[in-house]
Amino acid sequence: MSQTIRNEASEDAVSLTDTTAQAHAEPLDLMAINRIAFQTIVRKEIRRFARIWVQTIVPPSINAVLYMLIFGSLIGSRISDMDGFRYIDFIVPGIIMMAVIINSYSNVVSSFFSSKMQNYIEELLVSPVSNLTIVIGYVCGGMARGLLVGSLVALVSLFFSEIRPVHPLVTISVAVLTSMMFSLGGLINAVFAKSFDDISIVPNFILTPLTYLGGVFYSISMLPPVWQTLSMFNPMLYMINGFRYGILGTSDIPIWTSFLVILIFIALLGTIAMTLLNRGTGIKH
Amino acid sequence: MNALSIAGLSKTYGGNVHALKGIDLDVPDGDFFALLGPNGAGKSTAIGIISALVNKTAGKVEVFGHDIDQEPEAAKASIGLVPQEFNFNVFEPVLPTVLNVAGYNGISRKVALTRAEYYLKKLDLWDKRKTASRQLSGGMKRRLMIARALVHEPRLLILDEPTAGVDLEIRRSMWEFLTELNEQHGTTIILTTHYLEEAEALCRNVAIIDGGEIVERGAVSQLLSRSMQETFVLDTRGNPDVAPELPPFTLRLRTENRMEVDVPHGHTINELFQGLSGQGIEITSLRNKTNRLEEFFLRLVKRKTGDGA
Repeated sequence: MSQTIRNEASEDAVSLTDTTAQAHAEPLDLMAINRIAFQTIVRKEIRRFARIWVQTIVPPSINAVLYMLIFGSLIGSRISDMDGFRYIDFIVPGIIMMAVIINSYSNVVSSFFSSKMQNYIEELLVSPVSNLTIVIGYVCGGMARGLLVGSLVALVSLFFSEIRPVHPLVTISVAVLTSMMFSLGGLINAVFAKSFDDISIVPNFILTPLTYLGGVFYSISMLPPVWQTLSMFNPMLYMINGFRYGILGTSDIPIWTSFLVILIFIALLGTIAMTLLNRGTGIKH
Repeated sequence: MNALSIAGLSKTYGGNVHALKGIDLDVPDGDFFALLGPNGAGKSTAIGIISALVNKTAGKVEVFGHDIDQEPEAAKASIGLVPQEFNFNVFEPVLPTVLNVAGYNGISRKVALTRAEYYLKKLDLWDKRKTASRQLSGGMKRRLMIARALVHEPRLLILDEPTAGVDLEIRRSMWEFLTELNEQHGTTIILTTHYLEEAEALCRNVAIIDGGEIVERGAVSQLLSRSMQETFVLDTRGNPDVAPELPPFTLRLRTENRMEVDVPHGHTINELFQGLSGQGIEITSLRNKTNRLEEFFLRLVKRKTGDGA
């Protein structure tokens, strides 16, 4: 067995081991290497956002509370029912989803870009870990933060709303897949980014507006036909409505269409991310 | 088997900057090898290609017989890299920095912890294991990169300017550590350095690279024997008014009670001393002006740029 794996198996391999040719004659156990490397990347990513929880966990949770307080309780109490639900109950799924989207994206874009800026991405590039493991590792790190913040927001929403998921499996699946999709998006953004401006442009000028226009605060059935048609081109609509279907059982979009759109985006972004890493775009000279 | 085999390696940046122009290089298993050259010669580019940080334009690289294109994982698993620039997460403490890289190399947490402790103690960093890397001194940062590069116990350790900015005492202790690694554990070591004294003291073989080409290679001892002359600094008792004429030696007055002398290849210090005694000049001490490899290197690079004879 290879030196690396031989040493993994050996519990007492403390000191410098022999480096004879025989010790390296057998092929590497790439499965084992990638499994441990994956665990390491995810652990590192979770440690990173946990270490700076004041920046990563608290602000999005406070934002969500403010949304629920202002749009839900204060203004919402004066707004009539939306699709047959109290306004606060209608917007809670969208607010949770916003948190999932923004946090999944931000985590990967910040972390991967920092590793490029400080060059410690090289620790991964010189190691025998595959590019697929790197992508999945970072994506899982982003999902961990997105879903953690999403869960916190959901927890907070219990103080403002009495909703319970009508379709728990759909709720969880949409959240997990959406989180995966935006983590991939964050990774691609980080690969191309050359400055800190480049990692804030997409979240601020694309993601946030599209989320607002994606039906967080209203049903698109309220819009004039032309805006309804335009809204169909907004991918956020499918995720927010898919999640709303899971929680409230109502949606502007058929649930399978939501799943299909999310899965197509995951496949597309995943392919782009792998192609970029295989080419070394933005990370190799 | 060669630890490293390079054939026809080229790298062109942006279509017109030829950093490497088809170099060939073999480093035998177990060697302690120096890659020397002036700034911008192509040393770091070569190291970047070997360790998968730079995409090559053409050529073939094998690490212990593993082609970096065909078997990149096996090639990378054999290499430990200590780059020239600090490349760790400055917010991460020392211990996790080493443990993360162990994990990327597929080393289980338990073994990684034991190894990290061993190498951090060996490199005097164990007491700093909980300190964020940005708070370390320059020498400590260098040693952290060495510990990190060794945690998967590579057969080939590549160090790009490992002792740059490190004080003399730490440099000496790093030399001892690297020598032990090479002699007792058989790790092949390739280093680039600006301190040619370092290459002369540590390395058995050397290649000199300049302008993207290898301009000289061979055993350090062999290159030194081809050196045409050596320059010494002499401290004298008494102060001659003019530099003594003593062919074939060339003497130059420097400061009070101090002169320099060029000793051509094939002539001895004894001849020099006899000649100076004959002129009534007493020598109180003698030392090399620069280290011998440095002198050879400078002459070679000067000759190439047309600055010297």
